[in-house]
Amino acid sequence: MSGLLNPTLYMIKGIAILDNDGNRIFTKYYDPTIFTSVKEEKKFEKNLFQKTHRANAEVIMLDRLTCVYRSNVDLFFYVMGASEENELILVSVLSCLYDAVSAILRKNVEKRMLLDNLDIIMLAIDEICAGGIPLETDPQVVSQRVALRMEESPFNDQTVTQVLQSAREQLKWSLLK
Amino acid sequence: MMGSFKPAKKDEEDGGGNPYHNVDKTSVLQEARVFNDTPVNVKRCTHVLTKILYLLNQGEILSEKEATDVFFAMTKLFQSNDLVLRRLVYLGIKELCGVAKDTIIVTSSLTKDMTGREDQYRAPAIRALCRITDATMMLSIERYMKQAIVDRAPGVSSAALVSCRHIMKDSPEVVKRWVSEVQEALVSDGVMVQFHALGVLHQIRKSDKLAVTKMVSKLISSGLRSPYAICFLIRIVARLIEEDEAGTDSRLFDFLEAMLRHKAEMVIYEAANAIVTLKRSSARELAPAISVLQLFLSNPKPTLRFAAVRTLSKVAMTQPNAVAACNLDLENLIQDVNRSIATLAITTLLKTGSEGSVDRLMKSISSFLNDISDEFKIVVVEALRALALKYPRKQSVLMNQLADMLRGEGGLPYKEAIATTIITIIEDNPEAKEKGLDHLCEFIEDCEHTTLAVRILHLLGREGPRTRRPARYIRFVYNRVILENAAVRAAAVSVLAKFGAQCESLLSNILVLLQRCMMDTEDEVRDRATYYHAVLSTKDSALIHRYILNPPQYALASLERALVQYLRTDTTATFDTKTLPTAPPPQEEKKTPNIMETASRPEERVVPSHEKYAEQLAAIPRFARLGPLFKSSAPLELTEAETEYMVRCIKHTFLNYIVLQFDCTNTLNDQLLEGVNVVVEGDGWEVEASIPCPSLPYSQLGSCYSLLPIPEDIMSTTGTLSATLKFKVRDCDPATGEPDTDEGYEDDYTLEDVEISVADHVQRAARSNFAAGWDELGAANELEDTFALAAMNTLEEAVAQITQFLGMHPCDRSDRVPDGKSSHILYLAGTYRGGHEVLVRAKLALSDGVTMQLTVRSDDPEVSEIIASAVG
Repeated sequence: MSGLLNPTLYMIKGIAILDNDGNRIFTKYYDPTIFTSVKEEKKFEKNLFQKTHRANAEVIMLDRLTCVYRSNVDLFFYVMGASEENELILVSVLSCLYDAVSAILRKNVEKRMLLDNLDIIMLAIDEICAGGIPLETDPQVVSQRVALRMEESPFNDQTVTQVLQSAREQLKWSLLK
Repeated sequence: MMGSFKPAKKDEEDGGGNPYHNVDKTSVLQEARVFNDTPVNVKRCTHVLTKILYLLNQGEILSEKEATDVFFAMTKLFQSNDLVLRRLVYLGIKELCGVAKDTIIVTSSLTKDMTGREDQYRAPAIRALCRITDATMMLSIERYMKQAIVDRAPGVSSAALVSCRHIMKDSPEVVKRWVSEVQEALVSDGVMVQFHALGVLHQIRKSDKLAVTKMVSKLISSGLRSPYAICFLIRIVARLIEEDEAGTDSRLFDFLEAMLRHKAEMVIYEAANAIVTLKRSSARELAPAISVLQLFLSNPKPTLRFAAVRTLSKVAMTQPNAVAACNLDLENLIQDVNRSIATLAITTLLKTGSEGSVDRLMKSISSFLNDISDEFKIVVVEALRALALKYPRKQSVLMNQLADMLRGEGGLPYKEAIATTIITIIEDNPEAKEKGLDHLCEFIEDCEHTTLAVRILHLLGREGPRTRRPARYIRFVYNRVILENAAVRAAAVSVLAKFGAQCESLLSNILVLLQRCMMDTEDEVRDRATYYHAVLSTKDSALIHRYILNPPQYALASLERALVQYLRTDTTATFDTKTLPTAPPPQEEKKTPNIMETASRPEERVVPSHEKYAEQLAAIPRFARLGPLFKSSAPLELTEAETEYMVRCIKHTFLNYIVLQFDCTNTLNDQLLEGVNVVVEGDGWEVEASIPCPSLPYSQLGSCYSLLPIPEDIMSTTGTLSATLKFKVRDCDPATGEPDTDEGYEDDYTLEDVEISVADHVQRAARSNFAAGWDELGAANELEDTFALAAMNTLEEAVAQITQFLGMHPCDRSDRVPDGKSSHILYLAGTYRGGHEVLVRAKLALSDGVTMQLTVRSDDPEVSEIIASAVG
């Protein structure tokens, strides 16, 4: 038909977190028709990483997918949608993913920390996107829903100033939204 | 310092940076035994479960047994009340439910969590539960689902709604019963809840247009809070506007326009994109959307710039003038750090730019090309091609640019795109030909891609001999014979022969060169050289024409079959090539989509090839002796779309017979049709045999056939046949498809007429050199007539109609009418049933309709006559 967008909740085709060699740390694809095998998925990820790791340019079109991305130290975060998808929706999902991860890792967004908290990260991704539908886009809500461990052992490593600092940061984020 | 931030650490392994580095399936599955310990060791189980999830995510496949074992072990973990562990179990359930067996065993545990007090459990438990329940089980949790949809916790409500949407893929009926709850959720305060509720509601009402319209107008007036929901609403509204060609509610469009002033960028963009994509938007309606996008072009956020330029480039394809206002902003984007944005900007500019700006653009392109990838370069090349066709006067500048690019670095697809573009320009503009050929010649002197070299050589063979100084190309071609690999050498030999065949002055030299090629190390090259040398040495123009310039093009599979057949029979008679079907020239191949192309193409129905039909028909004993299949028509619809029965007709032409194949579909699920047959009647046509389709269940395709001998008299081989579908109906149970009764009743259904036209007797044929073929055929059976085609308004239309009507193939690219010309000559080639060669020259002139002088040449006077009469 025409180029009009199809009204569907299934807006996200995939979410990926790669390390600084382009290896998969955690990825989810929500549309089984895009890649038919894990091999193809990984090939795509390598290619995606190749094209994005140097320039921090936020958005790229690859293999008929629009991929928005963000990186920090040794981690690369990607959110993918159909090539005609509203990029700004994808970016809002990406920011949610990144900010939630950042909150969970207490601003230490790097590979080692992420792997140490992989269980919580997996839960967070599950909260952000359910089978291709954006489920929650507010990073604070996401981190609250999954940041269960912190309640168990409240701030034993942090000083009072740090707690205040992070609270201030969180407030700032919520205002910036 | 980082150490102080680290939360409780898990067991560490020596994996350098990655604690999961050494994880392998067997050992992890061993470790999973720890799930069975009581009391549950939370820390250890969490770690092992994370490892399993990690492995699955890395693409490790568990067998059904392994998955089932892990799944059952995991259910033990419901004993622990640790929040993280419990939620990891939910994740595990979702990951494994596709592979493991008997997953419904966790239903009661999940139902308990879903109805419990802990919000942290409820939402994810609902989502996990809906993954393992089927439609029948759904009833038992229906009450809980309804409650969850309207739950005051947004997370729970969203989870329930999203699960509803997933369920609807398999069993939409269940969810339809919850429509009032979904409606209630639509007015929720939760940003995401509103979005999810709208998505589910739209899915429920999708097929009922009136209900959608109502829902939309209510939402427009009440207003939604969630930007996501508004984006969704914009998409629904845009669809509604597009579907109603006339008399659209202007409030719908007003809504889109109002959303251009929304505070969320996501909504503004969505609205702008919808407006510019709508086909009916006028220039005045486009303007505000374009200016919003123009503002985005200078936004600091790359994604916003990207979205805007992507949309503008789409508009530029159809309405370049509307985008021209943004040209200045677009030029600034050529320097953008994001190369995707820069490429889109450049290609958009190439579409919107005026003739005067071409030179300046070329300058910026050369500096820009160095640092982008091949995919983007291809996009630029394609834009250049469009530009060259649009401004023929700028072709020399563009050609130089392309030649520069051809010399530069790049892979095969990129080089191929450039070569294709140069070839297109050459074909479009005879004046550019020699220059273009020079560039290509220079390129093949140092070309590492065999396919591309062969393609360019082939082009040289076709175009070179017709230039003013063909001799200058010989050196380039012969260099290939000396320097290249076997495939290129063989192609070069063929090209040499073509020069020899057409340029008498060069013939003696070519013969010497061919003689040298006979020493080649490769069989194929030697064979070709010997063959061409022998043919050219005869100096017999008929022979040269038939075996070098327009060689016979048999369908190879048919040729093989016919030869096998021939060897089985009496081989004393000579093998008759006349009855062989010629291979129809390949349809223009589909362009591979480039990286920037966005709109997915509608899926085309695959039409089986000639070969496929021939095989299918040969498998039917009654048709096995009809000889080789000459031609199959495109499928012809004999019913309106979406009627009770759908019938398509395919006409298969043999030497003396026509087989009508009727593909029937029964769209009534309470009927089973038996003995389905199509009865055809027409003057001068007799049905010799018909093969009914014994049984036609709901929604399955069945075929029946009619065999008609073609009348002897060539002038009565066209006609109209009336068609009626006859069958016996047995009512049946829609659910099972089992017939209710043993008895049925006879019924019939009138179909549209089947037309047998001249085109059904003509196969398209390619002539690489029409003029040579025309002279060769001679004026012996020539017929000429003049027609006034009053119904046609343009030459393009006339060309398309005549081509289709005669079922022939346009040669020498004469199907393309140059812009602004008032006369045109169309050359067509085909083969008439029985192997008669037919060539047609149609001189067209535009004057109050189209006047056509049609000249037909063939090797049979009757064939000429019927072709000439076809147009009248």
